[in-house]
Amino acid sequence: MKILKPVNVVIVGGGWTGLAMAKEITGRTSLSVLVLERGAPRKTSDYAAGMDELDYAIRVRMMQNIADETITHRHSMRDSSVPVRQYGSFLPGSGVGGAGEHWNGNSFRFLESQFVLATHLREKFGAAYLPENIAVQDWGVTYDDLEPYYWRGEQMMGVSGKAGNIRGQKIEGGNIFEGPRSSEYPLPPLKTSYVGLRFKEAAEKLGFHPHPNPAANASEAYRNPDGITRAGCAYCGYCERFGCMIGAKAQPTNTLLPVLARRKTFTMQTGCWVRRVVHKNRHAAGVQYVDANGEDIFQPADGVVLATFTLNNVRLLALSKIGTQYDPATAKGTLGKNLTHQVGGAGTRLFFDHPLNLFMGSGALGMLFADFDGDNGLTGSEGIVRAGHIAVGSSGNRPIASFGQYPNGAATSNWGSQWKAASIEWRDRISGVGFTGEHLAYRQNFMDLDPTYTDKLGDPLLRFTLDWTEHEHRQRVFAAGIQLKVAKAMGVKFEEPHLAPVKYNVVQYQTTHIQGGAIMGTSPENSVVNTNLQHWDVPNLWVVGASAFPQNASLNPTLTALAITYRAADAFIAPHEKRSKGAA
Amino acid sequence: MKRREFLSVPAKALGGTLLYTLAREPLRLQAQDGNVNIPLRFFSAAEAHVIAAACARIFPTDANGPGANEAGVVIYIDRQLAGPYGRDKYRYTKGPFVESIPEHGYQGKESPREIYRAGLQTLVGFGDLTPEQQDDKLRSIERTTFFQMLRSHTIEGMFSDPMHGGNAGLIGWQLIGFPGPQMSYRDEIDKHFGMPYRPKPVSLQQVVGHPVHGWEDEKDI
Repeated sequence: MKILKPVNVVIVGGGWTGLAMAKEITGRTSLSVLVLERGAPRKTSDYAAGMDELDYAIRVRMMQNIADETITHRHSMRDSSVPVRQYGSFLPGSGVGGAGEHWNGNSFRFLESQFVLATHLREKFGAAYLPENIAVQDWGVTYDDLEPYYWRGEQMMGVSGKAGNIRGQKIEGGNIFEGPRSSEYPLPPLKTSYVGLRFKEAAEKLGFHPHPNPAANASEAYRNPDGITRAGCAYCGYCERFGCMIGAKAQPTNTLLPVLARRKTFTMQTGCWVRRVVHKNRHAAGVQYVDANGEDIFQPADGVVLATFTLNNVRLLALSKIGTQYDPATAKGTLGKNLTHQVGGAGTRLFFDHPLNLFMGSGALGMLFADFDGDNGLTGSEGIVRAGHIAVGSSGNRPIASFGQYPNGAATSNWGSQWKAASIEWRDRISGVGFTGEHLAYRQNFMDLDPTYTDKLGDPLLRFTLDWTEHEHRQRVFAAGIQLKVAKAMGVKFEEPHLAPVKYNVVQYQTTHIQGGAIMGTSPENSVVNTNLQHWDVPNLWVVGASAFPQNASLNPTLTALAITYRAADAFIAPHEKRSKGAA
Repeated sequence: MKRREFLSVPAKALGGTLLYTLAREPLRLQAQDGNVNIPLRFFSAAEAHVIAAACARIFPTDANGPGANEAGVVIYIDRQLAGPYGRDKYRYTKGPFVESIPEHGYQGKESPREIYRAGLQTLVGFGDLTPEQQDDKLRSIERTTFFQMLRSHTIEGMFSDPMHGGNAGLIGWQLIGFPGPQMSYRDEIDKHFGMPYRPKPVSLQQVVGHPVHGWEDEKDI
């Protein structure tokens, strides 16, 4: 094995959290930072030629090559696992920028109650009312602790939105249920699409509080505090699964990388497949990886940061034998516990009598209301303890994925002349009211290493033991009732959603929001990392990103993953901070 | 070395037909005379004719406009099967292979190329059947992985960028009023409420101003 010259800090993963750590550390200390990224280099100029639905949205060209590594899944401890052989329910990114390149740009803050969820639910509903095997935990940090870090992230990305609560003052038109913000959003909201306007009018008529979806897709030209300028969004409809061809969508490559590229203490190596964190006596010595030429390398470092997607953060800890694997039978051990996804609703489809021009849009363009987010509006008689957001989105319809939609019964076969006629007739006339719900953590949903299946190098794959419970089914039923009210108030034809209980499905795309497994907390008894995202057992190892979430909120995790990472960076940096500029 | 196979089709059949846009306005694409010989990368000529005939039943040419034949769907499928997708370069293919529940998706060992080759065995003589008999035959295999793949690929070949070999002359996009990848709708997104907005479709090559190649054409993968 080749041994390289030591660096101060090695960061595994070149996405949002890895590059955010690198930028904070290199900007405020004299430490040398090396980022190791498995995938390929990227730049904004690659993306114009990438506006191709087939290669990017169907064959998912920006994702990790699933032939090299995947996960396995089983619904319960009684089942045997099988590999996810082709992408479906979530899409982990690869390459510089990671999933932060192909995301939609949804940039939410979580509710104040989310961060103290275990305490909050016991107080509000009493332990007896809570779902069986619930395993939610308090984060160990509060919304108020994170507010400055949320704001740092929003400014860095240029989030477009409308505040609903500035220092306690509720503001109509924004999300009045959100925690207090120190400031208005950096940019005004995106424009409103036709379906967004119709949804907003209907929701207001019902007394709800619709507001524009906060978006990292810049509503107008923006200059961030680092002096990075980006163009305003062109509403081309190529966000999700694509890189932004004009750089209007905040991506690590157009926000953090340009700053890092100028720093002499920063280096990034691509094509480096990290296999282990090397450690001894509670001290990480560096990482072992295979480089692009297949050579085995040991990179010594004073500190190691794992900043990969949730899956690989957890897997690297398990492969490196750091921490104790969680066992649901005994509830002992912490590594791998509290695996959560996000609860997708059964959408209520809306049928319009005129075209909607749905090919136009922006990843995070939409309207939503939080009147039932968290436990807002819940009385304790619904059989659920948390619900979520009701929303309509205009992220841009593309022809392959959206062809073949029509009202139930309009065609008897899903091919042939009648199907073609129905599909063409209804094309561009169907929208929907959707729901994204909070996924609680349960004792039985967890991650560990698979005993059978391996990656391209022969290392065990990560195994999910995960299924939906009665609570998620009830959340969907509850949400469907609200969705139908909105649909009726919109005054268009609609279809009631199909609401049979479902098993977790790895085939259908849900969201790329997988959380937990290396969760944060206040004690090594109940968490893998402390509230600074520092490993309890190996203090010079930091594990950042959504793997630290004790459970998911109803909303998309990127901004919160960044906020806890910024907070971790401050803690990391404190002992090394330059006294003044230039001191080294 | 394998003999080079060609698909020979009348040029006017490929994107050369009278079609109707979503706004129901007739639009005539440029027609040419004579036959064009399209080199095949995976199928034999005979196989290509069978697949083309099946695709034409899945997405027929009828009163509602052109279908898989005019879009050149079979050429799209041929290229996909010849490339990394057809060879399963982007699917997890390590064993053991076990049967599982539908929630776990396709768990088989066979690549798309192998699925097509086996599927073609079930369609021997397909080209000689009447359209009604062809529909009956396809209905009898509707639940197979092969048919479900063929159906998905037909839709992809209708509506993917023409660089992939289908959607000839942007015929699929014109059929459904999709404008292709356009650089900006900034001045349009909050207009046209309740009215169709149908810019003239453009291909990716037209938008970026230089040839673009699909994943199937990349070397060393």
